[in-house]
Amino acid sequence: MIKDITIGQFFPGNSFIHKLDPRAKIVITFVFISALFLCKNFFSLGLLFLSALIAIAISRISFKVILNGLKMIVVLVVFTGILQLLYNDDGAVLWKPFEQLDFAVTTGGVFSSVFIIIRIVSLILFSSLLTYTTSPTMLTDAIERLLSPLKLFKVNVNSLAMMMTIALRFIPTLIEEIDIIMSAQKARGADLETGSLTERAKALVPIFIPLIVSSFRRAYELAFAMECRCYTGDNKRTRMKEMKLSVRDYISFAVLIILVAAVVGTSFFMNSSFILFERVI
Amino acid sequence: MAILEVKNVSYGYSHGTPFEITALDNISFSVEKGELVGIIGHTGSGKSTLIKMLNSLLKPESGKVFLHGKDINADKASIKEARSKVGLCFQYPEYQLFEETCAKDIAFGPKNMGLSKEEIKDRVFKAAEFAGLPRELLGKSPFDLSGGQKRRCAIAGVIAMFPEILILDEPTAGLDPKGRKELTEMLENYRRSTGATVMIVSHSMDDIAKNADKILVLNKGRLAMDGAVRDVFSNPDKLIEMGLSVPVSTSIVNALRKRIPQIPPDVFTADDAVKVLTDCYKGRASE
Repeated sequence: MIKDITIGQFFPGNSFIHKLDPRAKIVITFVFISALFLCKNFFSLGLLFLSALIAIAISRISFKVILNGLKMIVVLVVFTGILQLLYNDDGAVLWKPFEQLDFAVTTGGVFSSVFIIIRIVSLILFSSLLTYTTSPTMLTDAIERLLSPLKLFKVNVNSLAMMMTIALRFIPTLIEEIDIIMSAQKARGADLETGSLTERAKALVPIFIPLIVSSFRRAYELAFAMECRCYTGDNKRTRMKEMKLSVRDYISFAVLIILVAAVVGTSFFMNSSFILFERVI
Repeated sequence: MAILEVKNVSYGYSHGTPFEITALDNISFSVEKGELVGIIGHTGSGKSTLIKMLNSLLKPESGKVFLHGKDINADKASIKEARSKVGLCFQYPEYQLFEETCAKDIAFGPKNMGLSKEEIKDRVFKAAEFAGLPRELLGKSPFDLSGGQKRRCAIAGVIAMFPEILILDEPTAGLDPKGRKELTEMLENYRRSTGATVMIVSHSMDDIAKNADKILVLNKGRLAMDGAVRDVFSNPDKLIEMGLSVPVSTSIVNALRKRIPQIPPDVFTADDAVKVLTDCYKGRASE
C-alpha cells in the first residue's frame, strides 16, 4: 500500500546519529557522497560501504526498514549493473554468447558493474540514513541555516525554508488524503488495478481532481491561519531551539576527514585496483 | 440468516516499524436485513478500519467477512459483488466529488456497475431524490454547491448503487441542526422504502439512540459491547470509561432520578424524557 513507502520517512530514536546536529549530518552526507564519486578502487569503496553499514548499526534503525527502502531501487541497480556488464569492453573476454555479434562480457565489465552497484547502494544507504534519523522540521531548519549566506544576495531564505517545511509537512497529509479518496472511489466500484494503460490513466481522474481541489482548499486555509497569527515572512524571526555543534559533531567530522583522506590517498598512491583485479584473475 | 457476518476479524497497521498498531482485535458480530446499526467508539478505536473491512477495501489479516453467507474476499468476483452491495460513504464525502456535473458524479457508481444508460439515468434521479438534492442542481458543477448540498450530492453518489447495506461514517459531521435532522430522516426513508440495512458511525449518542436497532461499541480495537440501545446505554459508567457517553436525555434523567427515585430508567431520547417527566409531574400533581 501507499503508506508502506519508507524512503524519506523519519524514525524517531535516541542514538548517536539521531543526536547529531542536523547541519553536521547534511554536510557529512554531502561530503560522503562526493567521496563515493571520488573513489576509484575497491579498497576505498569498501571502506565507504563499511562505514555506511557501521553508521546504520549505530543509528539502531532496524535492518528490515533499510532493506525495504532498498527495494525501491532494486530495478535501477539491476538495470545499471547489466548496462555496465554489456557496454564495458576492457580486459579479458570472459563470455561471448554470440560469435557473430560484437558483444562480450569482459573482466572490465564485471569489475565496473560490481563497483557501480556497491556505489549506488552505499549512496542510498547513507543518504536515506539522513532522513531516517532527522525529523523534517530539523532538516529544513538546518537547510535554512546552511543557506543563510545567500541572504547576502537578497535571496529570501526564510520563505524558502518555510515553503519547504510546509511541503514536507503536507506529504503525509496528502498521502492520507489519497488513501481516503482512493477508498471512496473504489467503494463506488472504481477499478484502479486492471485495464489498459489508457483506461488506468483515466481511472486516476476521480482520484486527482479531488486531491487538487483539496490541496487548494488546504493552502487557502493554511494561509489564512498563518496570517491570523501575523506571519509575514520577514527575515527577523528568532528560533525557539538554537542549534549548537557538540563534541559528537566534532568526532563525526574527524572520522569523516580520516575517511576522505583515505579515499583520496588510495586513489593517488595505490595502483588502480582494476589492474590488481586483472592480476588476481 | 444474517445478511452480514463478521467472524474473528483482526487487522493491524505498519507491522515491523515503531508505529505498529493493532486496529482490530478478534471482532465478531452479525447484522440482519433492514436493521439500523449504530457504531460508536472513541477516536482511534478502529471504527474506520472496521467499515473498510465490510466491502473488502481492507482484507482482514485473520478472520472472515460473510455477505449472504459467502466470504467476500474469496475471489475477484465476490469482491466486486461486495463493493456494489455494500455502499460505503466516508467522512466528509463531499471532498471526493470530481465530475463536471452532479448528475455525472452520482452516475459514477452505477456506471462502474456496468448498468444501461436508461437505468443509470433513472438511478441518478432516484438517488438525488432520496438524498434530497433538488433536480435543478443536477446539471450544476458540484464545486458550485453549498456545503450541505455537496454532502447530499456525495451521499446520492453512494445511494445510486442502491446498496443492500449502506454504511456511513459520520454522515452528519459539520452540518447544522436542520441539516442533521433532514439527513437522518433521509436515511430512515431509504431504509424503510428499500428494506436496506443501514450502518452509521457516529459520535452523536443522541442520533444513535433515536434511530438504531442495535449498537456496536468499539474500544481499542475490540468489540466492547454489542446489543440493543437499551442494553448499551444502561451502562453509563462503562461507556464513560471508554471515553464515550450516554445521550444527553439519559444523563439528565439519570441525574433527576437521584432526587426523584420514581422516575423510570431506560430513557434514551428527548421525546422519551419529555414523556417520562410529564407523567411524573402529573403523578405528583395528582397526589
